[in-house]
Amino acid sequence: MTYDLKMRVWRGDRSGGELGDYTVEVEDGEVVLDAIHRLQATQAGDLAVRWNCKAGKCGSCSAEINGRPRLMCMTRLSDFDISETITVTPVRAFPVIRDLVTDVSFNYEKAKQVPAAKLTPRDRDGKRRMMQQDVERGQEFRKCIECFLCQNVCHVVRDHEENKQAFAGPRFFLRYAELDMHPLDTNDRRKLAQDAAGLGMCNITKCCTEVCPEGIHITDNAIIPMKERVVDRKYDPVTWLGAKIRRRDPRDEV
Amino acid sequence: MTDSTDQRHPMTGNRMDPGADTGFERHEYDVVVIGAGGAGLRAAIAAHDAGARVAIVCKSLLGKAHTVMAEGGIAASMGNVYPDDNWKVHFRDTMRGGKMLNNWRMAQLHAQEAPERVLELEEWGALFDRTPDGLISQRDFGGHRYARLAHVGDRTGLEMIRTLQQRAVALGIDVFMECTVTDILKDGGRVSGAFGYWRETGRFVVFDSPSVVLATGGIGKSYQVTSNSWEYTGDGHALAMKAGASLINMEFVQFHPTGMVWPPSVKGILVTESVRGDGGVLKNSEGERFMFDYIPEFFKKETADSIEEAEGWYTDKKNHRRPPELLPRDEVARAINSEIKAGRGSPHGGVFLDIASRRDAEFIRRRLPSMYHQFKELADVDITAEPMEVGPTCHYVMGGVEVDPDTEESIVPGLYAAGEVAGGMHGSNRLGGNSLSDLLVFGRRAGHNAAYATHRLKGDRPTVHDEDVKAAAAQALAPFEIDGGENPYTIQKDLQDVMQRLVGIIRKAGELEESLKEIDKLKERAKKLAVEGHRQYNPGWHLAIDLTNMLVVSECIAKAALEREESRGGHTRDDFPGPSDEWGTVNLVLTLAGGDFASPVELRHQRLPVMPGDLKELFDS
Repeated sequence: MTYDLKMRVWRGDRSGGELGDYTVEVEDGEVVLDAIHRLQATQAGDLAVRWNCKAGKCGSCSAEINGRPRLMCMTRLSDFDISETITVTPVRAFPVIRDLVTDVSFNYEKAKQVPAAKLTPRDRDGKRRMMQQDVERGQEFRKCIECFLCQNVCHVVRDHEENKQAFAGPRFFLRYAELDMHPLDTNDRRKLAQDAAGLGMCNITKCCTEVCPEGIHITDNAIIPMKERVVDRKYDPVTWLGAKIRRRDPRDEV
Repeated sequence: MTDSTDQRHPMTGNRMDPGADTGFERHEYDVVVIGAGGAGLRAAIAAHDAGARVAIVCKSLLGKAHTVMAEGGIAASMGNVYPDDNWKVHFRDTMRGGKMLNNWRMAQLHAQEAPERVLELEEWGALFDRTPDGLISQRDFGGHRYARLAHVGDRTGLEMIRTLQQRAVALGIDVFMECTVTDILKDGGRVSGAFGYWRETGRFVVFDSPSVVLATGGIGKSYQVTSNSWEYTGDGHALAMKAGASLINMEFVQFHPTGMVWPPSVKGILVTESVRGDGGVLKNSEGERFMFDYIPEFFKKETADSIEEAEGWYTDKKNHRRPPELLPRDEVARAINSEIKAGRGSPHGGVFLDIASRRDAEFIRRRLPSMYHQFKELADVDITAEPMEVGPTCHYVMGGVEVDPDTEESIVPGLYAAGEVAGGMHGSNRLGGNSLSDLLVFGRRAGHNAAYATHRLKGDRPTVHDEDVKAAAAQALAPFEIDGGENPYTIQKDLQDVMQRLVGIIRKAGELEESLKEIDKLKERAKKLAVEGHRQYNPGWHLAIDLTNMLVVSECIAKAALEREESRGGHTRDDFPGPSDEWGTVNLVLTLAGGDFASPVELRHQRLPVMPGDLKELFDS
């Protein structure tokens, strides 16, 4: 079945803009991104929007749909009433470039600050061994598609531009946690996570977890355990020293 | 390198001042890599490791390239699950999968080097699924004799791109994101650089670089039903031709047997072959496992001909032959196509892919989490409880830039190609899992060789000529100048319709001739494109530029498909149903004689390189 969908889409650039009203013909089973594409192909050829895979795998088409941060390709029109007007606006935490496209370079800058994996040497046969249950924790975090919805919704930066300098955001707490839980990694990034990445500024309101399209338990599985690990290191120097001497924690602080 | 008086983007170095042109932004590098998927990233890392100053230029944000959608795994004969596996078996599988039309040397290098490339990813932080003794797990896939695909659930591509991306970032490689290259610049016969525009501002940028690596992926967006993303507009193929390089094997387009067919919005989205590798089977509307009716002579010896034998194979590969559901993709896609045409399709015009009745829900969710999620979210189908509906979708082009198998250099000095944009490696049909390994093996080789090629010039760098830069700029802006009224989106849609209808899975002479006429008409219309708005982040303008690439590549496909009068791999001719020995030694080579899109595509025959005796012996048994 086809029907006319009423949409409001934010049009504008750095200098400002406004919601434009459109009526788009859509079909049953379509998603918001389909409607945006049809709008682009038939009424607004220069409507700027990012997208790639259209299957929830690349994390390009993040936007706020009726105020809620979501992927446009995974938001089905059937979630809304046929008579409802769907409003699409760019994600709020990042500066607008044009229309629905924002400048997400904040995230790429923060990515540069995470020291990479540095593994122990390979086994004698040239391979490495890790048990499935040991890699699974990291694997959950590596499901991240970098849609940056968690960054967008995090109140530490959403309305506080001034915090961006000292705060890497949930996406990168995932990364710190993933590396910290890697069975063979030799870098100790706990101090860095706390100081440079601002892990302490997070007060675990779980907004990030709620919007994650991959269903990663960002707060429970990454941020809270990471906070505990930081605390272990910080407040228990005797255990830390003992572990270091007996080489139970052979990692090097970076 | 950048002009400090301008306002610059802190990360990309992109100009932030829109408006009147104030001259071209210029950068100097030793190697410029176009594309940031698996091949591009691996090439850049290799070039960096060889001491070169490298830039990656990509149309999307870093980490969003099409590699991210690869699901099943990376084929590499590490022997972690079956110690009998080795490069020779992998080589043999690859050649047979490509119906012996592969460039043997590429297939050999690929099989030999893939295991180390996978271990390298692990070194850089990739977390692959494990075997019970802690090694990298390997899964079954079509056409591979042993379980061989290193994987992470069904999101291997994401793991691969993220790992390479993080490695490239850690090495400090410069990345020009959302920047499209529209021309390869030359000095005499040699590459001297590349010309492009920032998508964000529409401003032009010139790269001065004696070596350029094309890693731009494929052409799927020329088809209506495709698993490919918007970026797959054949840019590298077209850039190479315009620069004087040649394409081979363009008639071979892979239709993946299993794409989603419903709802319409997701038609074409990939359903991983791992579903079949992990036990899923194909059924028609009569509930019959029809693949047993479609076992070709060529694969009879290694394919199970009864359900009993096929069932035994999952646990005991020594004493059972492979289930026919795991024949190479071309065979399975044709079979599905025939079933649908014979009226035995599913309600939405596909066939049924059933794993629900064969594996328990926990297994399915663990091994195929993305598929579970994708069907649940987009089609309201619970794949642990009911079968999926699937049908063929345009997935991959075997054809691409003709390169030297060892160095990945095209016939144009300084121009390299790796990954899907390169041709030869996969012959007439690619095996699943061989793409990700291809990206790694040949991406590395291309980057490495490109770096040394620049190094060997010892500072005697070719020149970027101003008149070429001005011409490239004028050409890119042409869509704004004309007021012809043609909408680029409409032309793209019409092209997709032509390719889908006339140059699809099953082809015949009359339709192919018609397609060439249609493409000619579209080319004429494309001269009268009108683009609204201005240069800043304008998708209409971007598409207008990509469209010229799609048109020339589509013409190559149709032309080569009309010429090859046989059926082989990803090229099936209704009027020439079988393979022919004569055609089995021929590559079709396509060039643009005049070096611009106005000149016609020329086609010639070339003999396939002959495999040495010691490798030939592998096929005697």
